[in-house]
Amino acid sequence: MMNFKLPDFAIPAPLTRLGNRLPQLPPTLALVTALNLALDRLIPREPLEMLIGKRFTIRVLDAGMTLRFSYGERGFRPLFDASQPDLTISARTRDFIALLAREEDPDTLFFDRRLLMEGDTDLGLLVKNTLDGIELPRFDPARLTPQELLHRLRARLATPHST
Amino acid sequence: MSAPLELVCPAGGLPALKTAVDHGANCVYTGFRDATNARNFTGLNFDDASIKQGIEYAHQRGVKVLVALNTFPLTDNWLQWTAAVDKAAAFGVDAVILADPGLMEYAKRNHPRLRLHLSVQGSATNYEAINFYHQRFGIQRAVLPRVLSMAQVEHVVKNTPVEIEVFGFGGLCVMVEGRCALSAYTTGTSPNCQGACSPGKAVRYEETPAGMETRLNGILIDRFGQGERAGYPTLCKGRFEVDDETYYAIEEPASLNTLELLPELMRIGVSAIKIEGRQRSPAYVTQVTKVWRDAIDTCRRDPEHFKPTAAWMAELNKVSEGKSATLGAYNRPWK
Repeated sequence: MMNFKLPDFAIPAPLTRLGNRLPQLPPTLALVTALNLALDRLIPREPLEMLIGKRFTIRVLDAGMTLRFSYGERGFRPLFDASQPDLTISARTRDFIALLAREEDPDTLFFDRRLLMEGDTDLGLLVKNTLDGIELPRFDPARLTPQELLHRLRARLATPHST
Repeated sequence: MSAPLELVCPAGGLPALKTAVDHGANCVYTGFRDATNARNFTGLNFDDASIKQGIEYAHQRGVKVLVALNTFPLTDNWLQWTAAVDKAAAFGVDAVILADPGLMEYAKRNHPRLRLHLSVQGSATNYEAINFYHQRFGIQRAVLPRVLSMAQVEHVVKNTPVEIEVFGFGGLCVMVEGRCALSAYTTGTSPNCQGACSPGKAVRYEETPAGMETRLNGILIDRFGQGERAGYPTLCKGRFEVDDETYYAIEEPASLNTLELLPELMRIGVSAIKIEGRQRSPAYVTQVTKVWRDAIDTCRRDPEHFKPTAAWMAELNKVSEGKSATLGAYNRPWK
């Protein structure tokens, strides 16, 4: 097994300022689409019932992104108004990736003041504990390094397609 | 030497259980998804399907599964607790961790082959109390409250046939275990009867110009300045104004880390070492289990020359609550 550790990085401030000015809909759509794809396949709907009608904001601090969405009977959808969300989760890009990869514990990041959960804390606990309870296929950030991607691309090009 | 020191790791869900098993836990302790255990937080813990899967996974790999049923039932909900004991026995858990004597009596009478552990919530700090639980209910292991010095732990071990389990690592509180009323006073919910200290519904965090504020049921209990490490939102770890001075009036958030005491704990005959944190994520369980497995194995090979490595300490400090790690009461020269 590879012992890859996600390096500590932050997106430089000029890019953060740029991110703040970019339209937030494309990244929000990407996130909402990914979440909807995961529904039923990875994330069971039943524990999420408490989330119905709730409004969420994810702030990716160093990318200058503020993603607003809600959850309803038909899944996740983007929100277009900036009214008060029920739960806001803020962290840097690196830490969101580390959480997703189960490389960091949210409480550790909270103690270290790198993760902030504002609004309905119980809703936040439900989200955190539901995600923690899911058996994810191994997400290995080592597979996303440029060398590894290049290696996999080469391997794929070298393999003749059978159909 | 007596039986090897067991490493007892926490699991709030199936992925945490599996990672504890994979990284060298000897026992994993768990809870059902209700008030029958002292980590009754929203979305946490095991439903029937996941506990069955967890027990199967652990048993296939020679690891034991313990279920904490360590809260205190009341007259009107007694049947919920006895049903939980029945369920644990039916699923084939290796032991249940109990605090309520009535429940111990129920378990002994109805499931005579079920192994019983005395929870830290039972708050038994002397061998007379532990031996009473042993004689009366057949308790086979007791988890000691985190208030005893090393000499006192040794005194207990020497005077009881019951296996002794101690806390080795994790968050500390005021340690009035099973009897703490601070959370109930502020939020109406206690760890003792409802299974939650500072339940999520009572907690609010807010970033303000003065820092991050933590409120418990609307009461400001702490404010963390820029870059200052935060702690859990419990009343005991809050900062309060006393005589015009604002400080940790009850205690400062700190984590227990007894890694350096391992040779001593082994020498005095402690049977098991417990890692706190069923509320934490699989990432924490992985990190902490790895370090403690490695440390226990190293210490067993050569206890004389055992010294915690800087890498172990760094890994444990990283996941710790508060500014400091402490040896707690273990390292208390006075009696």
